[in-house]
Amino acid sequence: MAKSSRPPTLLEKVPTDIPGLDEILHGGLPHGKTTLLLGGPGSGKTVLALQTLANGASQRNEPGIFVAFEESPADIIRHAASFGWNLAALQKRNLFFLDARLGPDSVKAGSFDLTGLLAIVAEKAREMKADRVVFDGIDVLLTLLDDPAAERRELFRLQRWLKDNRLTGILTAKIVEESTAGTYGANLQFMADCVIMLKHFLQNRISLRNLWVMKYRGSGFYENEAPISIERRGLEVSAGLRIEQAVPVTKRRISTGVARLDAMLDGGYFRGASILITGSPGTSKSTLAAAFAAAACKRGERVVYVSFDESAAELVRNFSSVNIQLAPHVRSGRLLVHSVMADSCSAKQHYSSIRDVLDQHRPSCLVIDPLSALIKGGGDAIAQIFGERLMHLGKARGVTMVNTSLLHTADQQEEATSMQISTIADTWIHLSYVVQGGERNRALTIVKSRGMAHSNQVRELILSNQGLTLADAYTAGGEVLMGTLRWQREQAEAAQEVSARDGVEAKRREIELETERMAYQLKLLERSIVVKKAELQQHLRGEHHRQDQRSARATTLGHKRRSDAIRKKGTK
Amino acid sequence: MSKKYLLRFYVSGDGPNSLRARENLREILEEHLNGSHTIEEIDVLSDPRRALADRILVTPTLLKLKPGPELRIVGNLSERDLVLNALGLRGKA
Repeated sequence: MAKSSRPPTLLEKVPTDIPGLDEILHGGLPHGKTTLLLGGPGSGKTVLALQTLANGASQRNEPGIFVAFEESPADIIRHAASFGWNLAALQKRNLFFLDARLGPDSVKAGSFDLTGLLAIVAEKAREMKADRVVFDGIDVLLTLLDDPAAERRELFRLQRWLKDNRLTGILTAKIVEESTAGTYGANLQFMADCVIMLKHFLQNRISLRNLWVMKYRGSGFYENEAPISIERRGLEVSAGLRIEQAVPVTKRRISTGVARLDAMLDGGYFRGASILITGSPGTSKSTLAAAFAAAACKRGERVVYVSFDESAAELVRNFSSVNIQLAPHVRSGRLLVHSVMADSCSAKQHYSSIRDVLDQHRPSCLVIDPLSALIKGGGDAIAQIFGERLMHLGKARGVTMVNTSLLHTADQQEEATSMQISTIADTWIHLSYVVQGGERNRALTIVKSRGMAHSNQVRELILSNQGLTLADAYTAGGEVLMGTLRWQREQAEAAQEVSARDGVEAKRREIELETERMAYQLKLLERSIVVKKAELQQHLRGEHHRQDQRSARATTLGHKRRSDAIRKKGTK
Repeated sequence: MSKKYLLRFYVSGDGPNSLRARENLREILEEHLNGSHTIEEIDVLSDPRRALADRILVTPTLLKLKPGPELRIVGNLSERDLVLNALGLRGKA
């Protein structure tokens, strides 16, 4: 069994194998001791207890016994059927349900104790070699005792019994309010080695669940409240303790879908980065995100587009008006549009459903439009937690993620801090309206972009039926010009350009003429040189002839005079 | 007393509640049933399987099997009026 192979530690832990819970509990529940789950009706106590039991039985071969004081085992099994824990099969091997409801045929006449029950469970535990025991709804039994002293006595009996039988006990008890937990609440909390409080409440009409470890004797634990939710496969805890192992960061670039924006970002977004596009309503945040999605699909990549409050059909139609064609990619299956109502469930549930979609579709690019819709799922604080967690999830999966975020006021800084995901985003693009000369134009600014050179300049974002592009924004007298003013400036510059071009042409012609003239002169001079050279040759030839004749005359004279100079020359 | 009482009595060893219950039950049976009953006493510590079969949760527990309807009386039986009521013996003595 797993138990014997575990290294000896001060406190042996029993893993619950409930996602996230063992991290909070630094390994699991205390072995051979008592864990108390407290919470109001419907807070998930029974689910947590039964899940721990089922996980032990199915994954660790640790048989378990479920003692039901409040609900019938049949009801409990039926309620848990949708989680797919396969309780029916487990019941045949290593899971046992004991119906411990006193029932209406019971009359209480005097004080009693739990010895009988514990003897039964101990016998069953021996027979099954059980490791884990759940006492679900222990409050029902304690209320029956109706005596604080008896409660204390029986709880200590239970605690000692668990220790003697080396069983890990999970007790659930309902409380209506924390402060009015009744006598059994105080006794239970004092007695238990580990106390976990579960809460279920509404915030902005959204159902939220929290889990809080109140105490854990002899062990460290995560001390803050952690959001939990009850999902398809059961209860899940998200404490945000551990970021999933991220894929290695890369320097590779991925197109934004807008060529000029790629240039501004020195090549595009980083692959695997998280990008935040903020802006007021109508500033084309979604269009920019859709351009990214369309470009990815064109490269043959798989994309998930999470759209809050807009159906896939609406999305496809709206973007086709600016020549972003998503329909073929939806048909080919590359693009999955995951359309949800923002206020249909909590931020945690949105997170879980997006994670499930990522698991199924395995995209390389993800758009969440808008990420700020999470606020509808339970308020700012929750939205922030899951906004961050989504970004971490994207990182962990190596998914390039473009998130849009709605900013309601003009002050971008203020809004950005209200949803601090901007600090996590690698690239933050802000879109705004610039009202000028009776026009409202869209301006694009790269607020930040980690690890890359990027343009600081404001650009005008232009939408047309040709698609999305950027235009240089002109600054004049410290003001950025857009729309018509930009157009006017562009026209003026073009005119200047023309006149400048004319000037250059004239100058060129002038210089060409000059050059031609000089070349002609050069030719004339060259010809003169040739003539002069010829003259020189002629002159030199005449001189040569004259010298030859004189030399011949001198020789003849020498012969006649028997010149020794000649003889000498001859003997040598 | 035409009907015979069939009782099953679960205790746990010699725990204080069990001792008290035994004493209380003995008195009640002597005073009210006068031998017109059959009783079986089971110690859950030595025979937990019987207890499991009868879903005995707390001790002591007295099961009234006959006359019907079946009924379980939990506790040390010190609240005599409740016990007599439950057994249908009220005002018969």
